[in-house]
Amino acid sequence: MSAEAPRADDHHLARTDEAEMFERLSRSNLVTTWRWYLGVGVAGAVLLWGLIVFLYMAMVGMGVTGYNKPVFWGLYEASLVFWIGLSHSGTLISAILRLTHATWRAPVLRGAEAMTAFTLMVGGLIPIVHLGRNWRVYYALPYPSSRELWPNMRSPLMWDAMAITTYLLGSLTFLYVGMIPDLALLRDKSAGWRRKFYSALSLGFRGTHEQWRRYHVASTLFAILIIPIAVSVHSIVSWDFAMAKTPGWHSTIFAPYFVVGAIFSGIAGVVIVMAILRKAFRLESVLTPLHFDNLGKLLCTMTLLWGYFYFTEFLTVWYNRNPEEWEVFGSYGGHYLPLFLTMVICNFVIPFPMLCLKRVRRSISLILVPACSIVIGMYAERLLIVIPSLARRNDPFIWANYFPTWVEFSVMAGAAAMFVLLYMLFAKFFPIMAISDIKERLFHTTGRTIGGMTVESIAQVEGEGEAHA
Amino acid sequence: MKHTWAMAIDLDRCTGCGACVVACNAENNIPTIGETEAGKNRLMHWIRVNRYWEGEFPEAQAVYLPMPCMQCERAPCELVCPVYATYHNEDGLNAMVYNRCIGTRYCANNCPYSVRVFNWYDYKWEKPLDEQLSPDLTVRSRGVMEKCTFCIQRIRRAKETAAEEGREIRDGDVVPACAQTCPPGALLFGDLADPHSEITRKLKDPRRFRLMEHLGTEPRVVYLKRQKGAGR
Ligand code: SF4
Repeated sequence: MSAEAPRADDHHLARTDEAEMFERLSRSNLVTTWRWYLGVGVAGAVLLWGLIVFLYMAMVGMGVTGYNKPVFWGLYEASLVFWIGLSHSGTLISAILRLTHATWRAPVLRGAEAMTAFTLMVGGLIPIVHLGRNWRVYYALPYPSSRELWPNMRSPLMWDAMAITTYLLGSLTFLYVGMIPDLALLRDKSAGWRRKFYSALSLGFRGTHEQWRRYHVASTLFAILIIPIAVSVHSIVSWDFAMAKTPGWHSTIFAPYFVVGAIFSGIAGVVIVMAILRKAFRLESVLTPLHFDNLGKLLCTMTLLWGYFYFTEFLTVWYNRNPEEWEVFGSYGGHYLPLFLTMVICNFVIPFPMLCLKRVRRSISLILVPACSIVIGMYAERLLIVIPSLARRNDPFIWANYFPTWVEFSVMAGAAAMFVLLYMLFAKFFPIMAISDIKERLFHTTGRTIGGMTVESIAQVEGEGEAHA
Repeated sequence: MKHTWAMAIDLDRCTGCGACVVACNAENNIPTIGETEAGKNRLMHWIRVNRYWEGEFPEAQAVYLPMPCMQCERAPCELVCPVYATYHNEDGLNAMVYNRCIGTRYCANNCPYSVRVFNWYDYKWEKPLDEQLSPDLTVRSRGVMEKCTFCIQRIRRAKETAAEEGREIRDGDVVPACAQTCPPGALLFGDLADPHSEITRKLKDPRRFRLMEHLGTEPRVVYLKRQKGAGR
């Protein structure tokens, strides 16, 4: 726990004993414990239950949920925003870290990118779950129909669907391209069906100079391209709300505010995932407290940013005193007070002071406290965005409150289980650590002793100098 | 001829009796959802009578405000539907294609008047209620959005009759169920494109106002303000 910059034996390992390093990093692929089976079993069972409940809902009707007349959107839509939000940090962090050549990035990349892909898959399914007639979802696709009916491109829901699809495809490509050298490595080290599997996936990557060069160009290019997509996706998700005439939603700050919230919850998600990976696959030597420290600093900044955005949103409403909006915000202090308090406490009061302390950031068990609280707080925030605005619509005669039923809870538990399951399967079959990136870093790093201290010093890779200049 | 259907609601005359709601339910095959569902705030009425209280207890007075779909000229509900299930028809009405609706419910969230209703279940008409279903209209399945259409079936019927008789539609040919039933005659329906219709005359009334006009939805339903004073 006390280890800081890379340890001496790491360098040694990278240079001399490649086999041992490989074994250490791809523990997830090599060793299958009973815990893994148990996890997959539990996640699979919950997912199955969620599916059954979803089918039941589709057969009987949306009436089995807690939705009612003014509150036509609730837990499902809040979860949609939440999951898409969680997806934000993975690819984004990874892309930014790649572009800025952050030296500590390598072990974080793959896990974060995979998180993006799977949260997007889960989030992307929720719009289908929430439909009144799920079996007619293809009406929203621009397919050539003999009736010449096309989807309505003016609807923010369509923009949303397109943005999520683009981001999902982009992230999957990003994840896959970044994985090719590692897949080639796995191909070389495996036998049997796995060998066939990895040979097909590694696209004949042999590690020639030319291939490496192309690989570097491609991953830099994707990193550049994916950042605007990531930012735009959550702006567009926010437009589902901001483009509506609903008091409390119709706010110009929604787009940047959603993006900030998304990155905020996403980084918290990455911290949690990293801690679990570290524990489960004994990656202590790779995922050092340094990584958690850096992620913690990022998280601390995002806490402040989120707090600022929330304050700004309040300020404009307070200054404006539009009676309709004021009623919505008023309900934060009334019926929705528990939700509001959860949000403020979990998103700011707990994490901010904790993340300011180096001791917390450097301890894996302690940093999990603010990370988990942020995830909870952001879920509360999403609920708070969706529900009170609808429950306190323009006409006070129809005001009503909303509470989800077991149906919604089950389906959303199924969604969470789906994420866990996908992630576990991914970790089993694919390199969860960016092996080649880690190796590259170790090769380029030497521990230099200055005075009584060992610091990490990095040799510049050929051609990278221009990017720095 | 192009029509501009509109409705005037005279709040001075409305007594809040709810006859319009019942008439609408009968005319448009709207299911009766029962007590438990109603308790969950899922009433499916296409027109509702809002009741607000004015003043404190001993002097409290009820104010009634019947609310059908406003048939907005710039309908926010139409804009957000991903599949064009709700659209502006040739008469400038906000129409609904139930078969096309996939139930995103976004239109309901965007309707500032909250007059759209959702089919939470497949409702059943027990015998002998099934005998009273109107054959002019579909019975909607679960998972779709529905709403007031100014009794579009009656408008169509009137147009057909007029065409058969080789004449233009006359003022008073179309009367929606709610307007037909309203005992004090608070609801008036007609064609604004016809300069001599009763509604054109009525809407010159200085008491006219429209709900939430500041939102720019340009509702087709116009209210006439209640007058206060002696004897009221
Ligand atoms: S009142 Fe509501 S449902 Fe009717 S046209 Fe306007 S926005 Fe659409």
